[in-house]
Amino acid sequence: MTGTIHSLWTTAADSATPLDKIPTPKIEYAQLSPVLIVFGAAVLGILVEALLPRRSRYIAQLGVSVTGLAAAFAAIVALAADGYASAKSHIAAMGAVAVDGPALFLQGTIVLVALVAAFTFAERRLDPLAHGRRVDSFAAQGSTVPGSEQEKRAVRAGFTTTEVFPLLLFAVGGMMIFPAANDLLTLFVSLEVFSLPLYLLCALARRHRLLSQEAAVKYFLLGAFSSAILLFGVALLYGYAGTISYGGIADVISGTAKMTPALANTTANDSLLLIGGAMVVVGLLFKVAAVPFHMWTPDVYQGAPTPVTGFMAAATKVAAFGALLRLLYVVLPGIRWDWRPVMWGVAIATMVIGAIIAVTQTDVKRLLAYSSIAHAGFILAGVIALSPDGVSSVLFYLAAYSFVTLGAFAVVTLVRDAGGEATHLSRWAGLGRRSPLVAAVFAVFLLAFAGIPLTSGFAGKFAVFKAAAQGGAVPLVIIGVISSAIAAFFYIRVIVLMFFSEPQPGGPSVAVPSALTSTAIAAGVAVTLALGVAPQYFLDLAGKASVFVR
Amino acid sequence: MHLAYPAVLAVLLFCVGLYGVLARRNAILVLMSVELMLNAVNLNLVAFDVWLRDTLHAGQALTLFTITVAAAEIGIGLAIVLLVYRNRGTSDVDKLTDLADTGTLPDSGSASIAPATDNPADTAAEQALRAREQTA
Repeated sequence: MTGTIHSLWTTAADSATPLDKIPTPKIEYAQLSPVLIVFGAAVLGILVEALLPRRSRYIAQLGVSVTGLAAAFAAIVALAADGYASAKSHIAAMGAVAVDGPALFLQGTIVLVALVAAFTFAERRLDPLAHGRRVDSFAAQGSTVPGSEQEKRAVRAGFTTTEVFPLLLFAVGGMMIFPAANDLLTLFVSLEVFSLPLYLLCALARRHRLLSQEAAVKYFLLGAFSSAILLFGVALLYGYAGTISYGGIADVISGTAKMTPALANTTANDSLLLIGGAMVVVGLLFKVAAVPFHMWTPDVYQGAPTPVTGFMAAATKVAAFGALLRLLYVVLPGIRWDWRPVMWGVAIATMVIGAIIAVTQTDVKRLLAYSSIAHAGFILAGVIALSPDGVSSVLFYLAAYSFVTLGAFAVVTLVRDAGGEATHLSRWAGLGRRSPLVAAVFAVFLLAFAGIPLTSGFAGKFAVFKAAAQGGAVPLVIIGVISSAIAAFFYIRVIVLMFFSEPQPGGPSVAVPSALTSTAIAAGVAVTLALGVAPQYFLDLAGKASVFVR
Repeated sequence: MHLAYPAVLAVLLFCVGLYGVLARRNAILVLMSVELMLNAVNLNLVAFDVWLRDTLHAGQALTLFTITVAAAEIGIGLAIVLLVYRNRGTSDVDKLTDLADTGTLPDSGSASIAPATDNPADTAAEQALRAREQTA
């Protein structure tokens, strides 16, 4: 009872004063500027909300958001041009945040996606006028009960929830740190920073508010559950390695770290590492919506306001896959023989189940949700490759996929009837005859989802499957191609429905959007075609950005 | 004290929370179960921190962050649950079934869909009916 006992109360007195070992913190503000700009803009947005009169808030918020996101993108480009994506890549903020190729590439993608999403958030031409005012797709006052006198008063007074813009910016800031997080503490905090605003955004739909609130409850409960699982994994990994920094844990796993008696005691027990790693990965798989952790996706995507769904579907996936990549490539490559078979199974299940269940869907938003699950499976195939090619193909796929998703959900906001958006597929019949342009644009997005050549989907899928095959996962590629074929079936079915069936009498009308949504959709189409016709430049860019710093 | 005691206690707490999340139907109780899971994590982190004699006390720092974030999370969670309770008169997660794989046509399914609240005519009566159905 002496040697192995750790005295709880005398440790600090026994050892040499530990304080002299703590180096003075130094923060590289310039290298963290993209994230700082976004958070600064978010705080400014809160001030706008507090100080400006209601009438001028909308313009001010939109201006702050767009300026902040554009400035953040400029900062990212400047950092990349300065060589931080390759030669000068290093770990900033005392080991908390990595500034390297994958981080900058994914941050750039997230910021651009958010910029386009901010336009769809600000759209005010789609809903009919309420008491002579243009309204957006968010509730007049989030706290009111639908149909109550209080809500009617809020609508009459012309209230709008302009808080969505700061919420968007906070979420974006968290998402930008998430793939760059270089220790488990930063990973957890950034996960919560981007999740909490998303829960709130889900609950704020102007129409179908009960559905929207239900989506928020489901998203919140499963999100909190998954982050608790992730956090328990974090605790176990910390217990195993005695450190929370990614590099430190990797050193302990590979056996190059300096051993202390207590550490030798905990590292002797591999179950801490295996269970801890598994739980952290499960937490991340919840966020990327991989089977069997996908249950929340269709409900949340359907219930959330469509602009939020588009943003969430695109940007969350980018951020979560970035974090998953860094975790698997930097922290856990030492136990790849343990996690690769499991991830094989998850990838196969995700691809197959996502594609098969999507076939039976009758709601456009649910259809896109299941398609996003299937796409998570394709991206996982690239993650498993465990090679620089794997990283670059995943980066490219994420960039391509996020813009297609955002564009597709932006199109969904246009097709409307008296009850709001007409999301049931039967209502979309004959849309191609009524408004050929909108149907054609949606068809382009569906073809990109299906991976038809000359769209970004083909280039992305080709890159991912090539990397997976070179990584020795040929059976995975074969299953992936088969499930792509299944997925192509329901995408083509929607196209056939839009162009080759008779329009319903009294069917939905296509609202004419303002320049904001038009810009978002045009950006989606432009990126889809550019990445499809000339993918080489972007593949090279992703290839140059594919090395993680440790 | 050996590391095994707090570690096993933490695992037990975590499993109680896990069971609560999976078995409880009241959203508030689910939230409480999530809190149990997070507190199991805190116990684990502090125990490991002491055991490893971490000079930087990363485990205790992480615990402080966990407590703070859990408070923020529970605040938002209660707000959302309260919103649902005020609209539906129930916080039973099993009754939240408007969003599900049904495959019904919009005509037959529209009864279960919330009304578009901007239309002045449709709402008050339907809401009252709905609340009565669910409290009954």
